[in-house]
Amino acid sequence: MDYDLPDELKLLQQTIRRVVSEHMIPLEPITPEDEDIPADLRAKLEQMAKDQGLWLLFIPAEYGGAGLSIFGQVIVWEEVSKTVLIPFRKDSIFGPEGCSILFLCNDQQKERYLYPVIRGERVPCFATSEPNAGSDPSAMTTTAVKDGSSYLLNGKKTWVTSGDKADFVQVVAVTDPAKRQRGGITAFLVDMDTPGLTITGKFELMMEDRPNEFTFENCRVPEANILGEIGQGFVISQTWITMGRLRQGAKALGVAQRCLDMAIEYAKHRVTFGKPIATRQAVQFMIADSEVELHAARLMVYHAAQKLDKGEDARHEVYIAKLYANEMVGRVVDRALQIHGAMGLSKELPLERWYRDVRSRRITEGPSEIMRWVIARKLLGRVSD
Amino acid sequence: MKIVVCMKQVPDSETQIKLAPDGGGVDLHDAQFVVNPYDEFALEEALRLKERFGGEVTVVTMGGDKAKEALRTCLAMGADRGVHLNDPAFAGCDSLGTAGVLAAALRKLEYDLILCGKQAIDDDCMHVGPQLAELLDLPQVCVVNKLSVAEDGTSAVAHRQIEGGSEVVSVTFPAVITCQKGLNEPRYPSLKGIMGAKKKPLDEWRAGELGIDPASVGAGAAAVQIRQFFPPPPRSAGRKIEGDPAHAAKELVRLLREEAKVV
Ligand SMILES: Cc1cc2nc3c(=O)[nH]c(=O)nc-3n(C[C@H](O)[C@H](O)[C@H](O)COP(=O)(O)OP(=O)(O)OC[C@H]3O[C@@H](n4cnc5c(N)ncnc54)[C@H](O)[C@@H]3O)c2cc1C
Repeated sequence: MDYDLPDELKLLQQTIRRVVSEHMIPLEPITPEDEDIPADLRAKLEQMAKDQGLWLLFIPAEYGGAGLSIFGQVIVWEEVSKTVLIPFRKDSIFGPEGCSILFLCNDQQKERYLYPVIRGERVPCFATSEPNAGSDPSAMTTTAVKDGSSYLLNGKKTWVTSGDKADFVQVVAVTDPAKRQRGGITAFLVDMDTPGLTITGKFELMMEDRPNEFTFENCRVPEANILGEIGQGFVISQTWITMGRLRQGAKALGVAQRCLDMAIEYAKHRVTFGKPIATRQAVQFMIADSEVELHAARLMVYHAAQKLDKGEDARHEVYIAKLYANEMVGRVVDRALQIHGAMGLSKELPLERWYRDVRSRRITEGPSEIMRWVIARKLLGRVSD
Repeated sequence: MKIVVCMKQVPDSETQIKLAPDGGGVDLHDAQFVVNPYDEFALEEALRLKERFGGEVTVVTMGGDKAKEALRTCLAMGADRGVHLNDPAFAGCDSLGTAGVLAAALRKLEYDLILCGKQAIDDDCMHVGPQLAELLDLPQVCVVNKLSVAEDGTSAVAHRQIEGGSEVVSVTFPAVITCQKGLNEPRYPSLKGIMGAKKKPLDEWRAGELGIDPASVGAGAAAVQIRQFFPPPPRSAGRKIEGDPAHAAKELVRLLREEAKVV
């Protein structure tokens, strides 16, 4: 299907597609499932991306990066997600990705946080969720209380992706309990070796992720480490999460496309009762439904990205795309697995791994129910409260 | 060094080939198109020579409007200029017709070296490179998998693949070299290349600009006519030899000798 991509993006899409199919998919069967691919393999693939001039694809031009539009980034994420090689929540091989809010750093902070991340010297993580505040971050209880020229942080953060690999955390805490999400929450940059910050947990999940729990106990953070303005933390984490949701949508497209392609191939060749299963309407309908839903999701994700590129508020479109694409990919993986029969359950194919992995995406960065709730709230206005 | 690369846009080898219902051709409606993989070896070699000697790499293709995409890919990989030989009169050329159109274009270009792929993966003829050399009265070395260009850039030693070995040929420039897998590892377009490709010159030449009489090219003038396309007969199912390995091995040898008559 032709989506009328601008010439540059079409070429970028073809290029990334080739890198993925020539250098990454062949490694799938021999790379063990883990939190990330082995460090030496990552280094080798990243070096290849650098040599080929395909590095820093998610970094603006002013910081020496590719300066791709958000739509361009979506195209890259879609292609990269066609391989199960790199775990969903890890950076691809085309340079660091988790920078969106670091661009808000002031000049001094840029030297210590943004640039080292771009150079690959420091690893960031992001912490907003708490044991009693997931979908509802405004219920957070981690506090940051001013003490001289610094702040004392106290509380627990949880489900922090890459927490134990990180050199610093971008954390949000309550600075004004009266205002809370309306100007009372602030974002801080905290080095992981700051006294009073400890990693107090690591969770085993059904997928490769092993997120951590952090405990802050009178953790002293200099005022200079406030990211953005005081009281801006809630808005900042919304920015983070909007990009995260769009990325989830884009990455659902690639997974679904590969699963659909695999299902089509398999259905043509697998013979039962004397005929390929592709001749059976039951199988045809699974393939047709997957194509229809994937097409719809792709249009939604592309549209949201294009709207963001125009500088417009696209939160509503991102909610829609995040919700639909993640539910779509769950169904498409499920059907592809069904079409493969027992083979679909086998560790030889990427399907069972994706089957476990995509389930998480209906929960993280805003569960489906929350997406539906905010979509409805916009349509219904105040009646819905 | 001025290098011209002749490139053809071909259907991606992943494309499912469908025959037109009347058997008169291939239905490429849904096909994805790419730069012919052997032409990528040619372009990569050209770019490396340019990196070594300086100069300019021009990519020439004959094809319809869609072929422009493949030219852009070559520009994104690092070629300096694209020349698109695009005229409805060229449609349906046989290989000699194609070589004639390319030769007409090359007469208008400056070159020290012409690089082609050894063959295009769509019709697999392996004709155009050698025909082009003949039409331009240039030396040719075909199916080259190693090329060592002399320090002064005016000659080369080329290794060409022949059955069971390789033949080593020295050749003076200008010459036509057709490129084989193994010659190099083609690069991908870089992001900078992709973003800059649109700004590079891409000329479109029609029959008139090449001094070609439209009646002398295309399907009407082709010496080769394709009568019919048909799929190869489906492969019959393999045979499984049951039993313990020692017995199975014996049985396999017997079948190879008595039925297949290959040992
Ligand atoms: C692998 C993984 C990585 C993560 N990484 C990070 C990270 O790096 N940083 C970080 O801060 N967090 C991270 N998280 C946390 C994630 O963002 C939260 O899990 C998510 O926001 C949901 O919160 P919760 O799990 O507490 O669910 P809850 O908020 O407890 O919700 C439970 C369920 O209740 C329902 N529900 C809740 N509210 C409503 C409502 N208003 N209306 C209807 N239904 C509702 C939904 O079905 C929801 O699934 C990660 C989580 C996982 C699993």
